Amino acid sequence: MLFNTQIYLLSNLNFSSQISILDSLISNTLLLLAGLLVLNMIKYYIPTTTYQYVSVIAACLVLAGLWLFITNSFLKILINNSQAYSSFLENSLIIRFSFAFLVITIVTIAAILWYNWIDRRKTEQRKTDTEKLSRDAELYKLRQQLQPHFLFNSLNSINALIAINPKQARKMVQQLSDFLRGTLKKEESQMVTLDEEVSHLNLYLEIEKVRFGNRLVTEINIAEECKQKLIPALLLQPVVENAIKFGLYDTTGDTLIKIECVMEGNNLCVEVSNPHDPTTSIPVRGTGFGLSSINRRLYLLFARNDLLTTESGEEVFKTIVRIPQEAVSSKP
Amino acid sequence: MTKVVIIDDEFLARSLVKEYMKSFPQLEVVAECGDGFEGMKAIQEHNPDLIFLDIQMPKISGFEMLELIDEPPAVIFATAFDEYAIKAFDAHAVDYLLKPFDQERFDKAVKKFLAQQHANIDATKELLNDTQLPTTNNRIVVKNGSKIKIIPVQEVHYLEAADDFVKVFTKEGYYLKNKTMSFFESFLPAEMFVRCHRSYIVNIQEITRIDPYEKDGHVAVLKSGAKINISRNGYGKLREVLGL
Repeated sequence: MLFNTQIYLLSNLNFSSQISILDSLISNTLLLLAGLLVLNMIKYYIPTTTYQYVSVIAACLVLAGLWLFITNSFLKILINNSQAYSSFLENSLIIRFSFAFLVITIVTIAAILWYNWIDRRKTEQRKTDTEKLSRDAELYKLRQQLQPHFLFNSLNSINALIAINPKQARKMVQQLSDFLRGTLKKEESQMVTLDEEVSHLNLYLEIEKVRFGNRLVTEINIAEECKQKLIPALLLQPVVENAIKFGLYDTTGDTLIKIECVMEGNNLCVEVSNPHDPTTSIPVRGTGFGLSSINRRLYLLFARNDLLTTESGEEVFKTIVRIPQEAVSSKP
Repeated sequence: MTKVVIIDDEFLARSLVKEYMKSFPQLEVVAECGDGFEGMKAIQEHNPDLIFLDIQMPKISGFEMLELIDEPPAVIFATAFDEYAIKAFDAHAVDYLLKPFDQERFDKAVKKFLAQQHANIDATKELLNDTQLPTTNNRIVVKNGSKIKIIPVQEVHYLEAADDFVKVFTKEGYYLKNKTMSFFESFLPAEMFVRCHRSYIVNIQEITRIDPYEKDGHVAVLKSGAKINISRNGYGKLREVLGL
């Protein structure tokens, strides 16, 4: 397009078509080269200092000057038979220079903007990738930390049962396997029905009952309407584990763990209570690993910090988890 | 006859130890306990030579129980704690058994005990004096006569060195604990407790004001009215924690 305009302009000024074509060919090709040079430079180096505008303009000025010098030299050598053209060349120096400067500056700034945008998009992509990775890793770690103690103690109990009561040992191996399989099968972000979650929980409770004998008593009440509601997989087991831990280790008598599920508006509300002794237990509870990791997990899943609450009564400690159903159903 | 007490809150874990012990007729189980309180009573009553001790138990942990016993017997820990956590006290316990363990491993531990009975008891004392055990640092367990008291750290006003003991001051008075000041300095949460003097560690939440005292000393006045000396060095640490 630039070619055509320039040829047309020069022809209008009564130069021969040969001169017009040659002139525009040379000046525009060189201008194109200058533009490409700028593009390639920007690709590898984007000025970022506070002087970037000054330096960009200075570089463009230099480049435009260089372009003018080279173009003029070429033209003078190639077209030396026309007096009129020579004087035209002299007179149009300023116009040519400003034109070249303008084109080069526009190309440079466009290139800077373009590469900056690409750069930013890459950074953002990387950031979301890292976040996702670290979130997955964190979830995985949170789950891992909860398991080993339980697993080794259970294996120890089985070891003892083999001598005393082989039949029950066999049963416990089965329960432990079912429990572990259930744990491995599920993804962290997966949602399951409350029914499913509770049956998984029951496997866990059966094993704990073998370990702790008569000291551990459980009671589970689930409102009919809750059974098909969704809950993040494997969420309740650590809550109950925490309740058992504090219930059993806080008191020396029997421990009743009560689990109640009701609907509270659009929230599925699961309440786990365990006996405790406020005089000897540490008042600042819930800062321990158990509950804070559950809270963290709820935050990672729902971006809310208020879903896990605790109530400390005279003799009973309650942990309440709320699962917002509208947020759950939008998840895969 | 060597007297043995088994302390573990799980019945099955205790019966496993008993079963494995059958191959050592010279060992006699004099008591089985389901928590640290029973354990203490049994140890005072029977004065055993060896105890098998779990760490995570109701009310007070195995470590906390050991701290409360004046003449602790030799200890073999039996726990599901991971290996890393256990390295901290590896050097001082007779041995430790990681649950689940087999007869062979159990035999090794008992043989180690039998080979060096007396050295073992000294080792237990060392364990309690020198080692930073992986206990929770949010409470201090003390003995008051025959009663056991669990003091959450935020109820501690200050600690004062007293010969081989440390006096732990609370609103009810003080309790003696057989530990060193430097133990408490590293054990207590650093954002709450400051070693403000060679003989004092203070709970900064209890301080109402700090007055100058003599030439270049200071004294902290607590809510309870108690006054505590602050050394020059301690004053610097206090200013740092209080953000002055």
